[in-house]
Amino acid sequence: MTDYSTVDFESLVALAGDDEVVTHSYVRDVPLPSGRTLALLTLDNGRDHTRPSTLGAATLLEYATTLDRLRARAAAGEIHAVAVTGKPFILAAGADLSKVAEIPDKETAKKFVQLGHHALGRLSTVGVPSFVFYNGLALGGGLEIGLHADYRTVDASVPALALPEVFLGLVPGWGGATILPNLIGIENALKVVIENPLKQNRTLTAKDALDLGIADVIFPSVNFLEDSIRWADAVISGDIAVSRPNAPGRIERLVKWDAAIGIAIKTLKRRIGPVPQAPYAALELMRAAKGGTRAEGFQREDEVLADLIAGDQLQASVYAFNLVQKRTKRPAGAPDADVAKKVTKVGVIGAGYMATQLALLFVRRLRVPVVITDIDQARVDTSVARIRDEIDALLGKGRVSPDEANRLKALVTGTTDKADFADCDWVIEAVFEELEIKQDVFAEIERIVSAETVLATNTSSLSVEQIGAKLAHPERLVGFHFFTPVAVMPLIEVVRTPHTDDATLSTAMVTARNLKKNAVITADTPGFVVNRVLAKLLGEAMYAVDNGTPFAVVDQAIAPLGLPMPPSQLLDLVGLKVGAHVLDTHHAAFPDRFYRSENLHRLADHGALLDKDDAGRVKGFDKGAMKILSGGTTPLGADEILVRLQDGLADEVRRMLDDGVVAAPEDIDLCMILGAGFPFQMGGVTPYLDRVGASERVFGDTFHHPPVRGVGD
Amino acid sequence: MFVDGVRTPFGRAGDKGMYWNTRADDLVVKAIVGVLERNPGVPRDRIDDVAIAATTQTGDQGLTIGRTAAILAGLPKTVPGFAIDRMCAGAMTSAAMMAGSIGYGMYDLAIAGGVEHMGHHPMGSGVDPNPRFLSEKLVGEDALVMGATAERIHDRFPQLTRERSDRYALASQQKTAAAYEAGKIQQDLVPVAVRTEQGWGLATRDEVMRPETTLEGLAALKTPFRPHGRITAGNASGLNDGATAAILASGDAVKEFGLAPKMTLVSFAFAGVDPEIMGIGPIPATEKALRKAGLTIDDIDLFEMNEAFAVQVLSFLDHYGIDDEDPRVNPWGGAIAVGHPLASSGVRLMNQLASQFTERPDVRFGITSMCVGLGQGGTMIWENPNYDKKAAKRARR
Repeated sequence: MTDYSTVDFESLVALAGDDEVVTHSYVRDVPLPSGRTLALLTLDNGRDHTRPSTLGAATLLEYATTLDRLRARAAAGEIHAVAVTGKPFILAAGADLSKVAEIPDKETAKKFVQLGHHALGRLSTVGVPSFVFYNGLALGGGLEIGLHADYRTVDASVPALALPEVFLGLVPGWGGATILPNLIGIENALKVVIENPLKQNRTLTAKDALDLGIADVIFPSVNFLEDSIRWADAVISGDIAVSRPNAPGRIERLVKWDAAIGIAIKTLKRRIGPVPQAPYAALELMRAAKGGTRAEGFQREDEVLADLIAGDQLQASVYAFNLVQKRTKRPAGAPDADVAKKVTKVGVIGAGYMATQLALLFVRRLRVPVVITDIDQARVDTSVARIRDEIDALLGKGRVSPDEANRLKALVTGTTDKADFADCDWVIEAVFEELEIKQDVFAEIERIVSAETVLATNTSSLSVEQIGAKLAHPERLVGFHFFTPVAVMPLIEVVRTPHTDDATLSTAMVTARNLKKNAVITADTPGFVVNRVLAKLLGEAMYAVDNGTPFAVVDQAIAPLGLPMPPSQLLDLVGLKVGAHVLDTHHAAFPDRFYRSENLHRLADHGALLDKDDAGRVKGFDKGAMKILSGGTTPLGADEILVRLQDGLADEVRRMLDDGVVAAPEDIDLCMILGAGFPFQMGGVTPYLDRVGASERVFGDTFHHPPVRGVGD
Repeated sequence: MFVDGVRTPFGRAGDKGMYWNTRADDLVVKAIVGVLERNPGVPRDRIDDVAIAATTQTGDQGLTIGRTAAILAGLPKTVPGFAIDRMCAGAMTSAAMMAGSIGYGMYDLAIAGGVEHMGHHPMGSGVDPNPRFLSEKLVGEDALVMGATAERIHDRFPQLTRERSDRYALASQQKTAAAYEAGKIQQDLVPVAVRTEQGWGLATRDEVMRPETTLEGLAALKTPFRPHGRITAGNASGLNDGATAAILASGDAVKEFGLAPKMTLVSFAFAGVDPEIMGIGPIPATEKALRKAGLTIDDIDLFEMNEAFAVQVLSFLDHYGIDDEDPRVNPWGGAIAVGHPLASSGVRLMNQLASQFTERPDVRFGITSMCVGLGQGGTMIWENPNYDKKAAKRARR
């Protein structure tokens, strides 16, 4: 086994330089009611809660030295217990991800992982009972600090505890993968390590942590530290016996363990495919954690985590994470929020499915009057009734209070008289995707609303500028493109026409934020970002299919990207008719580069591509569909399809950037992650295109300098 | 009836004090949670009111602190609360007003307490006295400086020398040290987690005690209120942070919930004196309270006097012909040793009297009394439910 105390970790500190915000380990002795003494170690980086304590090299070394000192004091009989807690609201947020991404080589990566084991493991060898008081946020390494303790308490108000590593291309490799399943059972551990991170990075509440068995006891926030200290005293005095009903027994190890891992792998393959490395690596570590010693487990963690840190997927994931966490907060090209106009009443034109979803979102998030209009009173009534039903459903689930439900329902009204839009400051249309209808609707509305009112269109395929062609004031028109389902998808493409003024654009950006969506500003070009990239993807897929490549081969050829679903399922999801339409419009705009598929229209008429069981699960391809697609005579090989796709995407994205569709490749990636669920391990799309060489092949350069890729061996 | 009371350890005010990074409202919340935790039989939803005193009702002592503290302590939102102020006698006034409401049959259960974070709210911060006080000589110019009012007691009663004050102060330190040694004070303290630059710690003891005090040391201290005066930092209470909370209950509630009250209220009174000599306030207040109780000073076997200043306690003792070292007076020491976070102190006196009642079945009546700024005094007379005639007889022998 690795003797961590013989490793020279100082080089890691030197490497970090002055860059690390060091989380210090402060110790104060606390007298216990029993007369014993508890050494209370506080992790505190000296900043407020907006900068959570993180675990860098200097931090870990200081923590290790502090625990060494406490071990000596314990041996001398000066202290009878050690407890670790954090500054207000934070225990620790784990390793500083940006620093992990800067690790220069695999050897350093391994050393850094070893340092984590060296430091965190110290708590279990301190020589007296050890406790961690989870007083606040505990993520990744922060949660793992506690796993090395003998006992854990948790503050009922802790907002999040989690091991999000696999979401970020890592594994919980500072003891998490090894200790957790042995503490709370394999199935619970799978939930924490695999399931939650892959469900939009879901975190645990304090109560969850208690129920799973991560925490031994929960205390209300009001007296959390005092209660934890008293509880610790009772534990070491023997007055309280801690039971761990979830800890795995012999039967679980013999029977359940491997089966649970097997099921998890199967589920994972179905849900995210085989491309992301981290979740599978975590599963293998957890499988191995069934037996052997902790030290053996830690050594396995060292190897696996060092590989991942040095690999491409981690770099792409960190890049993607930063886009989602940081770039979304300061959208590129957004005018000053101060110039935004106030939105105190919203008008929605149209009463169809999309319009209804939009109205519901606006009323829920903005809590201002929302008036819906359509030519047909019955459609309006249905739409309003549907929104009110949705609000009642939220009430039923306890998501809104009765007062709030009343408030929201009262805010939604319907009308067929557009004069009711007179005092709206924001009008959004979601009528048929037909240019003339949209032009006329806005021209009519403009005569009713004030000169200040912002007009927004949810068009996905028309030119926003042309939609405003009949407006007296086209500067107040902006594209506001949602993705379905509106309530779930986090992206809005905010489309700026050559006329759109700053006040309008700013209003759109602020409104998007108030709707709790992330907005990316795009130029008024066909398909904006997401649809254009997807059209390229689907076009390439259909090109191969139409030339006689079996659809299954096409799906398989594109699988190495690790997209959330193969092209066949994507077509099925967006609808064959919509898919065909999207290809048509892009082909019309860029006939040289976008493929349109006559077969897809036939498929749409036929009505099905996939064969599904009653639960909607895909069993295979529809036989009729296969017959329609069987005419091709020059099938492509899988490699050929993949390279064509990669090169096609690199070319198209390059053009989009050259044409100023968005400010930077980061914005393309952000759109693809948020709007199409492109995976973190791809970094959206441009880091992937760089690392597979497509950028180099197509335009002799890379999108990123340096490219977003791992340091390798 | 006084069911039970607790307090936080008292800290030294200012940035070197242990509560510098602790909010005042959090202190009183810890006290409320602490006293409720000790009394699981008290149904939270039956508490009729939460009266919390603070002298400076702004910042972390503002926002109707009784109500905010009730919410922060996790009491049901149906439980109301309010803020109250009579400077040093804040918590005593909370208790008296709650007791009055209980006595009139309006309340069954109430929480009374007080808090003063004199570090966050230095004495006199934000005050804006009406100019008429001085222009019309409504009060003497010393009235707002408590140390100066204490010097005036020395002026009025020349037999109260600095030496007597110092001797009394020394005894207070020694008695407190002995009571700590015997674990008597700690029983009514709730520990408070405190954030410091060295990480979290736990406050379990009063911060300002000076058991090492000597007469010589006291004699050498400066007299900040007057050149060659008599009042020093040694024979006065200091500037402190702390909070108290007590549960009061009606006789019916005691029966209904099977509570074991530690004291029964006999009477209370507040009285006014010249503001520039506020320290003698306890005398008329006690006169009044005794008269209402139909008792005389000879019926009182235990005195818990707030030691704002030694001389102010001595003036009281002289008035009643009680010896400076009478063992009935502050047997566990007082504010000179443990501190006096203004509006919180009243309930501290009650806590200590109550705990003495528990171990002294020979004692029937005790008083808690204190002087109050702007010339007031407050006294509450309590009866010991553990009183046992035989024990009293034995004690007399």
